[in-house]
Amino acid sequence: MLTLEKRPSPSVFWSRATPLLAVALTMVAGGLMFAILGKNPLEAIRTIFWDPLFGEFAWYLRGQLLVKAGPLILIAVGLSLGFRAGIWNIGAEGQYIMGAIFGAAVGLAVFPTENRLIYPVMVLAGALGGWIWAMIPAILKTRFNTNEILVSLMLVYVAQTVLAMAATRFLRNPEGAGFPGSRNFSSFPAAANPELIAGSGLHWGGVAALATVVAAYVLLQRHILGFHIKLSGQAPRAARYAGVSPNRLVVLCMGIAGALAGVAGLFEVTGPAGQITIDFNVGYGFTAIIVAFLGRLNPLGILLAGLLMALTYIGGEMASTNLGLPSAAIQAFQGMLLFFLLACDVLTNFRIRFTKRESA
Amino acid sequence: MMFGGIDPTLLIASLMVASVPIMLAAIGELVVEKAGVLNLGVEGMMIMGAVVGFVAAVKTGSPVLGFLGGAAGGACLALVFAFLTQFLLANQVATGLALTLFGLGLSSLIGQSFVGQRPPLTGDVPFGPLADLPVLGRILFQHDSLVYVSILAVAAVWAVLKFTRLGLILRAVGESHEAAHALGYKVRRIRVLAILFGGAMAGLGGAYLSLIRVPQWTDGITAGAGWIALAIVVFASWKPWRVLLGAYLFGGITVLQLNLQAAGAKIPVEYLSMSPYLITILVLVIMSSGRGKAALNAPASLGQNFHAAR
Repeated sequence: MLTLEKRPSPSVFWSRATPLLAVALTMVAGGLMFAILGKNPLEAIRTIFWDPLFGEFAWYLRGQLLVKAGPLILIAVGLSLGFRAGIWNIGAEGQYIMGAIFGAAVGLAVFPTENRLIYPVMVLAGALGGWIWAMIPAILKTRFNTNEILVSLMLVYVAQTVLAMAATRFLRNPEGAGFPGSRNFSSFPAAANPELIAGSGLHWGGVAALATVVAAYVLLQRHILGFHIKLSGQAPRAARYAGVSPNRLVVLCMGIAGALAGVAGLFEVTGPAGQITIDFNVGYGFTAIIVAFLGRLNPLGILLAGLLMALTYIGGEMASTNLGLPSAAIQAFQGMLLFFLLACDVLTNFRIRFTKRESA
Repeated sequence: MMFGGIDPTLLIASLMVASVPIMLAAIGELVVEKAGVLNLGVEGMMIMGAVVGFVAAVKTGSPVLGFLGGAAGGACLALVFAFLTQFLLANQVATGLALTLFGLGLSSLIGQSFVGQRPPLTGDVPFGPLADLPVLGRILFQHDSLVYVSILAVAAVWAVLKFTRLGLILRAVGESHEAAHALGYKVRRIRVLAILFGGAMAGLGGAYLSLIRVPQWTDGITAGAGWIALAIVVFASWKPWRVLLGAYLFGGITVLQLNLQAAGAKIPVEYLSMSPYLITILVLVIMSSGRGKAALNAPASLGQNFHAAR
């Protein structure tokens, strides 16, 4: 019979290999799922994972990869800091929405002024919006010991109603003939977030994502705060003896995650989405949770995982137009990926041994 | 009798209906947490129950089979959680989140061709003359059977936890898995069964949403009900009857805000529709801060994985 034997320390090899194994297993299981739906599994997998990179329209889709990966990486890097320290902020979706609303509101307030300073101020406002939204669960946790998972999640639903209010009321385009939705930022150059190099898909969000990866890497490798974060996750009591204040860490980690999610929301709403609408957000806040785990809570890993997850979005869209696969299939596919990753993690922490069953 | 355009009798009657899904899901999760497992995938299991129950009811034309299907759907997803956390020792928080993300995607996939269809009608329990009683008849005796099932479920969980050997073992496993293991109880088996029970109850609650409360299939039909159920377990400080109280409280808020909207209250609709979530947060704050009372009552092994060295 199979038994698990705890490894003295987690296996570095398996910690690197499990994401790849999980992707492979997801392809097999996803193929099965597509076969059950009556599609050719090989064709579906090829459409999702191969065509966006090397297919007929790859020249355009490769750019889209950066567009989708940017917000995922930004949010996931922020979340990963908290996850490492055992702080479960899972309301990034709400922080993302609030960042977009705050930032867009600042931009729309000065419409149609043209000034180079407008966009940087909007970015700051976006960060502030996400930060404020993240501070609610953080402060409730530190002051009242309230569960941050539930509070941050409840705030997603609150943020969604605020978004509906913004789109239909306080940020609605006065020239929009009564339709919900704000002014389109593409017609407001000072507040728009266009592609920096035409056709590359790279906008300020992508640049910020790359910078964040580097910054987080340095923080974790070289800075005392990074050390404290890692220590609190691995040995909370040792961390307390070393003088790490858990409350300070909660406020810091949640704040960073909230600000990054808020910035991601602002880049999205001023760039690819173009305007505040009831459903401009596409669930990046939740998918980023998968990205953070798939990237092993490591900034460089998250960079790769974000690109991979962006691939499933783009491939998923292609599969839905070309093969008639429902677009929701891709969400199930992403969830499956997280399942397999968590399942494979057993190999990182345990050795599998074949033993004879002991007779009782 | 009317108060500001709202009929209190009708309000109580409809809050009983509105609270069924969260009550079922919460009492299931209470059992899971009593066994020391934190399954955050309630939302995912609920929505799987909602879609599987809906499909089963529409295909067979029988609401009863629909509810059974819903429970089975929730339990199937819970089985994935049980396998990952109990056998592969995956992190319970992360696995619960995965369950929700996967459930939301898969449910929308399954339900896609069922959008816009109507489920078969579930009749009310025939109480005969009792239903015609003034006021009381309207409040107590004009409901579908699941309203009574949800109350019975709370009573049954309370009785089992308090008076039976099974309840004692379940609590022992949740309080100290090491001790329970040393005494020879099968920690893993008990936890798996508790997780399956929790999944089935969440699935049943989800099926109630799509078959009776709404009644149709739309993506994301649960709209956070699973998370509210999790909050209710904290609110109830892991005590069954308080789950009933909590569910009625939240059911009441939900119904009241809908009634206020319908009655044309002067408050903007959005403030009303975000109120259940804000009040959940408020309640969580009060429960968690009350000199750590609620926290002290949480099962000691909650959220910790158990790995028997031998």
